[in-house]
Amino acid sequence: MLTIQLTKLYPGFTLNADFETDPSGITALFGRSGSGKSTLVNLLAGLSLPDGGRIALNGETLFDGEKGINLPPEKRRIGYVFQESRLFPHMIVRKNLAYGMNLTPVGERFIDFDHVVGLLGIEHLLDRRPAKLSGGERQRVAIGRALLSSPRLLLMDEPLASLDATRKNGILPFIERLSDELALPIVYVSHDLNEVIRLADTMVLLSDGSVAAVGPVEDLTSRLDLYPLTGRYEAGAALSTTIAAHDKDFNLTTLAFAGREFKVPIIDLPIGASLRLRVRARDISLSLTRHSNTSILNILEGVIEEMNETGPSQIEVRINVGAPIIARVTRRAAHDLDLKPGKTIFAMIKAIAIDRPSMGRRGGRKREE
Amino acid sequence: MALTELEIEALLLSLRISLWSVFASLPLGVLTAWFLARRNFPGKNLLNGLIHLPLVLPPVVVGYMLLVILGRSGPLGGWLHDVFGITIAFTWKGAAIAAAVMAFPLMVRAIRLSIEGVDRNLEAAARTLGASPLRVFATITLPLIAPGILTGVILAFARSLGEFGATITFVSNIPGETRTLPLAVFSMVQSPGGEEAAFRLVVISVVLAMAALMGSELFARHLARKLEE
Repeated sequence: MLTIQLTKLYPGFTLNADFETDPSGITALFGRSGSGKSTLVNLLAGLSLPDGGRIALNGETLFDGEKGINLPPEKRRIGYVFQESRLFPHMIVRKNLAYGMNLTPVGERFIDFDHVVGLLGIEHLLDRRPAKLSGGERQRVAIGRALLSSPRLLLMDEPLASLDATRKNGILPFIERLSDELALPIVYVSHDLNEVIRLADTMVLLSDGSVAAVGPVEDLTSRLDLYPLTGRYEAGAALSTTIAAHDKDFNLTTLAFAGREFKVPIIDLPIGASLRLRVRARDISLSLTRHSNTSILNILEGVIEEMNETGPSQIEVRINVGAPIIARVTRRAAHDLDLKPGKTIFAMIKAIAIDRPSMGRRGGRKREE
Repeated sequence: MALTELEIEALLLSLRISLWSVFASLPLGVLTAWFLARRNFPGKNLLNGLIHLPLVLPPVVVGYMLLVILGRSGPLGGWLHDVFGITIAFTWKGAAIAAAVMAFPLMVRAIRLSIEGVDRNLEAAARTLGASPLRVFATITLPLIAPGILTGVILAFARSLGEFGATITFVSNIPGETRTLPLAVFSMVQSPGGEEAAFRLVVISVVLAMAALMGSELFARHLARKLEE
């Protein structure tokens, strides 16, 4: 259990974080730039000093302002992967990787050098200097270096922010595997909701230096009241599904969730594998009847739970189709269809609108356990 | 051109005094530079001023101050003599101290600049990997400021080789003990018919200085290559 109760005062900015989370799996710290995400992880790592409060990890107090406890960073055993990798320029990759490992007593190491090198695919880089690596390679080495110090918790501060989309997608699977294979709790800082949905189980939503909400990613992304914080354009709910069938003729995959089915372009995952996908509010249209002659493959029957005007001409509608999804329609359409909470409605979602970046492997993990 | 015994004596003495001056003051120089670059403490400006004083004072004044403090009847010199039987004034050790004091500001400046250039984020990263502050200094900071230390050492070595005013005031001009190359040149110029001997010493000084500069340049390139590879 990770308990955080912290205040940190800066001129013109105050961080006031107070939350508790079970950090198994990946916890995302999500918020806009300037919301205090990096400040918070630096306080967690012990790199800056809080003005008051308490940090405890699995029962051990790392910081307590009242009792005067402040473990220095080297005693916290919290790994940290920085946005700018921070590899030591005067050491080859092999020495960078071994730096933290050599400072960890042999009995406390939970992963060996070759395992990390294999996991991250960096065998061919071992004798190079950091200056000769690409951005993606650097981040992989930085992840490996943090892992080899056998931390109890791994902090990742927007580790992919400086990478282009291709490189990003090259590293995301590694991060998923860290959590899956090593059972290492990760706190992942991001301002990219797609990344959060792909990776995280739990989400801590930060806004203007305080915690706006904490909870499972699916719950937070489907809350209409949090939309100003989770991002209007990207509004949409996350669904936890499992792979039910593959249609090789048309290259489609059928996903199952809450007794419903959902078709998306083919995904290269075995049947039974779990997958989380994000359905953007703007990709859903609503109908009072079930259309049969339409190009739209996914038609889900549900009940309107909540409606919220989010602009002069638009309304967001939360519909329970077994799990909550969010649709964004015009105010005009809502008026013409007489939409109101409690009404039964058909949500229509184009299969093709669900693209790879809005899917993650981690869907439903917690619920299966 | 074979060197005379006197020339060899002056050359070796100059080298010995300069090397002692630089390497004995280097740890203190690094420490001072680190404190000035990284810490704020009361009296920081005063310390900074004191260190830089030899740069702006006439060397003779510095030599005289050393004589007052470290002479056998001075507070520190008297104590050293009474307790340890060490005499500083009018010995080669005194010459090394005079050279070190004069060269110290140059050394500290160069090292301080390079410490200020170190990315502190790297040090923070090392802390999160389990390194204590002392280990971070030894394994991250020190290697990264090596070029700056080298610059400081070269500047201080050059300044020590050329030291004249403070030396002659503090430890006088004793052949075989404190007569370094510059002092020998001075003596030769002062004595009638000594122009040729003075000229030979000047050539030796130039060769020595050039050799030191070129050696440091090669070493600096080696360091830079190591970082780029």
